[in-house]
Order: sequence, then C-alpha cells, then structure tokens
Amino acid sequence: MSENVNVSTGTLRVKTGLAEMLKGGVIMDVVTPEQAKLAEDAGAVAVMALERVPADIRAAGGVARMADPTIVESIVGSVSIPVMAKCRIGHFVEAQVLQSLGVDYLDESEVLTPADEQYHVNKWDFTVPFVCGARNLGEALRRISEGAAMVRTKGEPGTGNVVEAVRHMRTMTDEIAWVAGLREEQLFDAAKKLGAPYEIVKWVHDNGKLPVVNFSAGGIATPADAALMMQLGCDGVFVGSGIFKSGDPAKRAKAIVEATTHYENADVIARVSRNLGEAMVGINISDIPDAERMQERGW
Amino acid sequence: MRIGVLALQGAFREHMVTLEALGASTVAVRQPEQLGDLNGLIIPGGESTAISKLMTTYGFYDPIRQQHSAGMAVWGTCAGAILIATQVLDALPDQEPIGIMDIGVRRNAYGRQVDSFEADLEFKHLPGDDYRGVFIRAPWIETLGEDVEALASHDGHVVAARQGDMLATAFHPELTGDPRVHRFFLDEIVAS
Repeated sequence: MSENVNVSTGTLRVKTGLAEMLKGGVIMDVVTPEQAKLAEDAGAVAVMALERVPADIRAAGGVARMADPTIVESIVGSVSIPVMAKCRIGHFVEAQVLQSLGVDYLDESEVLTPADEQYHVNKWDFTVPFVCGARNLGEALRRISEGAAMVRTKGEPGTGNVVEAVRHMRTMTDEIAWVAGLREEQLFDAAKKLGAPYEIVKWVHDNGKLPVVNFSAGGIATPADAALMMQLGCDGVFVGSGIFKSGDPAKRAKAIVEATTHYENADVIARVSRNLGEAMVGINISDIPDAERMQERGW
Repeated sequence: MRIGVLALQGAFREHMVTLEALGASTVAVRQPEQLGDLNGLIIPGGESTAISKLMTTYGFYDPIRQQHSAGMAVWGTCAGAILIATQVLDALPDQEPIGIMDIGVRRNAYGRQVDSFEADLEFKHLPGDDYRGVFIRAPWIETLGEDVEALASHDGHVVAARQGDMLATAFHPELTGDPRVHRFFLDEIVAS
C-alpha cells in the first residue's frame, strides 16, 4: 500500500455524493426518536430532525429556530440512516452547532425564521453538506455558488397543498431548458438576469441540468403527490407534515416510499394509495397572508 | 452484454451512464421479472435499509440468488456490498442480506457524513495509476472467506474484493467519471 493516499474530507464530491445516494428516496420530517424509527422502518432514506413540523410551526407563529440539541441528538442516536437538521437562513452559528452534533446534512431552511435578510450561510466553510430551498433556477444557482451540495424546490411548507411544489419544479425545468437552448454569447446576459455566477450558468447550459441533486418539497401529502413530483423531474422528495399529520403515519410513509420508487407505475401507485386513512388537512395558498408564505424567505 | 442496475433507490443512473459509455446495454431493474437474461447485475449505492425494505416488498431476494446461481455476475457498491454479503456486522435486527458473497461487512464503518472522504487506492488488476475512491458513509469489508480476493485496502481495511463472479466495493466508482472499475467488472467478472 502506498504511504501517501491523499485523503480529504468535506470535498464537494463527498458532499454532493451523499445527495446522489439519497436519490429516488423520501426524506421525512420527524420530531421524536420514535417517529425517526418509524420513518426508517418505512424505508425513508433520511430523516429531518425537527422540534416541530412545518404545519405546527405555521400554527404556532412567532420566531422558529433550530431544534433543541437534545432532540437532534436523540434522533441522531436512534437511527442508522442519515439525519438532517434545519438552521435559520444566514444563521451560521446554528449551522456550526448542528455540525458539531454529528448531523449528516444541514438544511438552511425558509421553514425557520430567517436570521439574516441579506446573506445566506457561507456553506464552503463547513465539512457537513448543505441543502437549500429554491423557487427558480437563479435562486438554486446562487445557493450552489454559496456551497450548497443539494437543492430542493421550496413549495409551500406545512400546507399539504402540492400546487407550489409543482410551480417551482416546473419553473426550474423551464428555466434549465431556456438556458440550455441559448447561444454562448447570450449566457452573460442570462447570468445577469438569473443573478447567478456566469460559470455555473455555463455549466447548466453545457449539461442541461443542475450541477447538484434536486429534491421536491413543500406540500407533498399523498403517494400520488410524490409520484407527480418525480414525473415532473425531481430526484426525490421531502415529506414534512404530510406523514405525521395524517391518520396512519406508518402506512402512509411506506406508501409514499413505494410511489416514489415506482413513480411511473400507476398500478403500484393505485395499490399503495388504498385505505391510507385521513390525509393531513390542506390549506389553500390564497388563504395564507403574504407575510406568512415561507417560500418568500431567501434571496 | 446486458447489465441490470437495481433501480429501487440510490445512484443507479450514474452506473448506467458509465456502462453505456463502455458499450454495454443496461436495464433499470425495478421488478424481479426484469432479472431474466441479464449477464450481470449492479446493486448500487443508496441507503441499504431503504433498498432492502423495497427488495423485501417486491420479492427480490430469491430471484437474485437464483439468477446468480444460474450465472449472473453481481457487483455491489457501498449499500450494494452490504446487501450481497453473507454477514452484516452492526445490521438492523430485521435487515436481511442476500448473502451470496462470503464477506462480513460493517455498515457506516467510517462514521457519519462529516467523516466521508476521498482517498487514492491501489486497486489490483487495474491498469494505470491509483484509483480515486469516494467513500460516502461507507462500510468496510471486515472478514473475507477463503475464496475471496482482496483488491484494494484503505487504512488497514479491505474496501474492494472479488469472489468468482462477484465484486464488492465500499466506495463509489460511479461518482468519479473514471471507468476503470466498470471496465474491470465487464471484462474480468461478467465476461470470464
């Protein structure tokens, strides 16, 4: 064996690599070790450790912050699948704390109340990888330029209403197709319009896709919702309130996992959609005051 | 040459892209019926618990064992290496391995994601320089049966091994863009 094996941790490839391993899977919001075990048993590829799911954050109002480290640690200790946790936008100290707790992925998330209305976390400073929300290509590329190793379209969290997730996924796909179809000399102007660095815009143009994995989030509540997002081109799904705010979380969780794998097979989706009990109560987006729309957070 | 890639969850597309660039035809395997007339099967990286639950639900275990007995070569990367091992150290109580390759694999052996790493590996039988291994919450191969040949090691632990028509790698050759391990699988494991 050679002596100099050139070992490096926290490289972009190692960070994006974990997201690659999560593809085709479901990441579930959990608030207790018991829920985390249930998610793991249902076939979740990762869990998001939270103090409250988005629907409850929305209901409670006030300032939403990073979860208590005791909750995060108890969930980290209860499952063998990767554990994610959320920090506030721009709150790099919450991010430092969560990294020190051994979390596998950080979500700099609009579900929590932003700590900085101008700057996001400089994610290159961290060994732990970050996922960030985006409503469109420009937002996604800005997050990637700040070091995000995974993107998720935002949707509208805690609503059980998939309409915003669809809007954001379609916007992302349309804008990628637009960039891919431009001539080289148009890319400088595209970078200006998107508010994103030219080099990453050029990469999207040359490759016709995002440089990192993109999951869908914010309003997925049923197996058919998950399959819809997969057919629209996302790489996997986050399900927040949709599972543990429903009548039979274990059954629904497993059904959403199966529908995500077999997203093109309507027979499977029909089978797993039977008798799931009550879905979470949905909220119409037009009933949410502008100031309470989480998707508007992030810049 | 027809190679199936188990496409229940994980990084299956990257394997297919690499194989196709080498001239193999590929199948994304989502149902056990698709295992017929494959020359080889790759079980990709992903979450081993998630993949094994889906394998149980869709009845993959016996068909993979049978097709392997009938001559289908098998390569497991990371989660896939855990799934083909006869022994999983630190397994979840209800996690069932396919149990065809005589190795004992330790899950998440290197720790959590902050411990994930890249390293240069001396990979036996590969032409050229060291191979850049990408290890993501990786396992290692802790015990090897008599017929198992260690192909690469890192920091005192075996991270790639071969037994007849089976290959196990703890790292992710599909993420590097370096096709030499895929070439080795096609030429030395599937074709031989």
